Amino acid sequence: MSNLKNINVHLYQRRRVLNYTILTLSILTTIFGLFWLIWLLITLFGHGFQYLDLSVFTKPTPPPGATDGGLANAIVGSLIITFMGILIGAPVGVMAGTFLSEYALRSKVAPLIRFVNDVLLSAPSIILGVFVYEVVVVPMGHFSGWAGSLALALIALPIIVRTTEDMLKLVPNTMREAACALGAPRWKVTVAIVYKAAKAGILTGILLAVARISGETAPLLFTALNNQFWTTSLNQPVANLPVVIFQFAMSPYEEWQQLAWAGALLITISVLVLNIIVRTFLRTK
Amino acid sequence: MGNMDVQGKEMLVRSGTKGRVLDLFFSRGTKICAFLVLIIILAIMLALFIGAWPALKKFGFSFITSTKWNPVTEEFGALISIYGTLVTSIIAMLIGVPVSFGIAIFITELCPRWLKQPIATSIELLAAIPSIIYGMWGLFVFAPFFADHIEPWISATLGNSPIIGPLFSGPPLGIGVLTAGIILGIMVIPFMASVFRDLFEVVPPVLKESAYGIGATTWEVIKKIVLPYTKVGVVGGIMLGLGRALGETMAVTFVIGNADRLEKSLLMPGNTISSSLANQFTEAVGEIYTSSLIALGLILFFLTFLVLAFAKYLLMRLTLKEGVRT
Repeated sequence: MSNLKNINVHLYQRRRVLNYTILTLSILTTIFGLFWLIWLLITLFGHGFQYLDLSVFTKPTPPPGATDGGLANAIVGSLIITFMGILIGAPVGVMAGTFLSEYALRSKVAPLIRFVNDVLLSAPSIILGVFVYEVVVVPMGHFSGWAGSLALALIALPIIVRTTEDMLKLVPNTMREAACALGAPRWKVTVAIVYKAAKAGILTGILLAVARISGETAPLLFTALNNQFWTTSLNQPVANLPVVIFQFAMSPYEEWQQLAWAGALLITISVLVLNIIVRTFLRTK
Repeated sequence: MGNMDVQGKEMLVRSGTKGRVLDLFFSRGTKICAFLVLIIILAIMLALFIGAWPALKKFGFSFITSTKWNPVTEEFGALISIYGTLVTSIIAMLIGVPVSFGIAIFITELCPRWLKQPIATSIELLAAIPSIIYGMWGLFVFAPFFADHIEPWISATLGNSPIIGPLFSGPPLGIGVLTAGIILGIMVIPFMASVFRDLFEVVPPVLKESAYGIGATTWEVIKKIVLPYTKVGVVGGIMLGLGRALGETMAVTFVIGNADRLEKSLLMPGNTISSSLANQFTEAVGEIYTSSLIALGLILFFLTFLVLAFAKYLLMRLTLKEGVRT
C-alpha cells in the first residue's frame, strides 16, 4: 500500500516537474521573442530620432557626398504612389468582396476565387514587381510611378477583397430580407443597407491595406524605381521612401545612411499609427 | 381612381425595369471584379513563363541543377539561389516555430489576464512592421554584433565538430546565410505567434476544463487537448510562415551578402531567389540574363504556391471540422 503511494507521489512529482519545465520554457521563448523586437525598436528610435529634423521634410534627397538634404521628394512620392495604388485597388477589391459575399452563394467559382485571392495575398511581393515590370514597364519603355502604383494595387487588392467579404458576411441576413421585403432591388439592398452597416469594417480593410503597402519595397524596385528630383508626374520614375531607404542604407555615405534611419523611423511610425487607428476603430464599433 | 391605378402601375413597372438594369450592372460589375483576381493570377503565371522562356529553352532542365551564375559568359543556373532560399527558410523555421509556439502557449494558457491583451497586441503590431526595417536593423546592428560576439564562438566550437563542422567554419563576416536565416526567423515570429494564438483560442474551453478537472497539468492539457484539436491548423500555420520566409525579400537582401557562389559554410555570404532578383534585376543587361532572373522568379512563385496551397488545404480542413462540432 505504502509502495503504491510512493509510486504515485513519484509520478505526480515527475509530471509537475515536466509541467514547470515546459511552462518556464514557454516564458523564456516569449522573453526571447520580445527581446529581439524590443531591441529592434530601441535601435530604430535611437538612430532615427536624432536625424529626424525639419529639413527631412522640406529638402529633397541630396546627391552623394552632400551634407544637406532631406527626404521631402521621397515622402511626397510615396504618398502619391500609395494613394494611387489604393485608388486602383480599393474599388476593385470592394466590388470583388461584394460578389463573394452577396452574389456567390451558389456559385461554383467562388471557392476558387477565394483560394486564388489567398494565394495572391501571400504571394512574394517581389514577384508582383517582376510581373508589373513585364506588363507595364517593358511596353512603356521606362520605369514609372504608374507601374509602382499598379504593383502596390496588386498587393492591396487581396487584402481588401478578404476583409470586405468577411465584413459583409457579418451583416445579419434579416437586414437584407427586410430591405428586400420593402421592394428594394438587390443593388440598393447592397449599397444602402449592407455597405452602410459594414462601413467601418470595409474602411478598416482599406486602412490595413494602406499600412501594408506603405512599407513595401521589393515591388517598387523594378517599377517606380527612384528619382533624385521632384516629380509629380507618375509617368516617370518617382522617388519613394522604401527604395530611397534601401539605396541610402546600402550606400557608403554617412549622410545617406542617417537619412535612411530617419526614413525607416518615419515609415515604422506611420505603419504602427495606422494599425493602432484600425484597432481602436474596430473596438469602438 | 382607375386612372391613378394605371399610373401607379406604370411607375412601378418603370422603376422596376430601371432597378433591374441597375441590378444587372451591379451584379455583373462585382462579378467582373471578382474574376479579375483570377485573371491576375493567370496573367502572373503566363507573364513569368513567357519571360522565363528564353532561359528555360537555352538551359533546359540543367537550369535548376547548375551552380553557374555568370553574367559575363551568360551561363546561368538556379541552384545557388534555390539552395540559399531553402536554407535560410529552414533556419528561420527552426528558430521561428518553437519560439512562436512558446509565445502562443504563454498568451493563451499562462499569461495573467491584464497582460494578455498588451502582449497579443504588441505582437500583432510587430508583425505589421515592414520587412525593410528588419533588414536595415540586421545590417547595421545585428550583423556587427553577430560578427564580434557570436560567430567567433560558433566557429570555435561548432566549427570543429566532426560532421556539421564545415557548416559552421569560416571568418566572422557578420553577413551571410546564417545571419539572413536568423533575421528571417525573428521576422516570422510575430506572424506565426499570432496565427498559433488564434488557433489555440478556438479550442472549446469545455474540453480543456474537463481535462483540468480530472487533474491534468497545463502541459498535459496542451499536449493532449489543445495540440490534437488544432494539429492540422498548426501545420497550416507553419506552412503560412514558411511561405512568408521563402518569398521574403528585403530582410534577406540586406544581410545575405549577394554572392553567387555555393559555399559549404553557413557563415559565408550567399544569395536567395528574392535577393538575386532585388539586387540584379534592374542592372541585368541582355535577354538571357533578364530571362534567367525571371525564371528564378517563376521557380519562387511555384515554390510558394505549393506551400500556400498545402497550408490553405490544411486550414480549410480545420474549419470544416469546426463547423461540424459547433
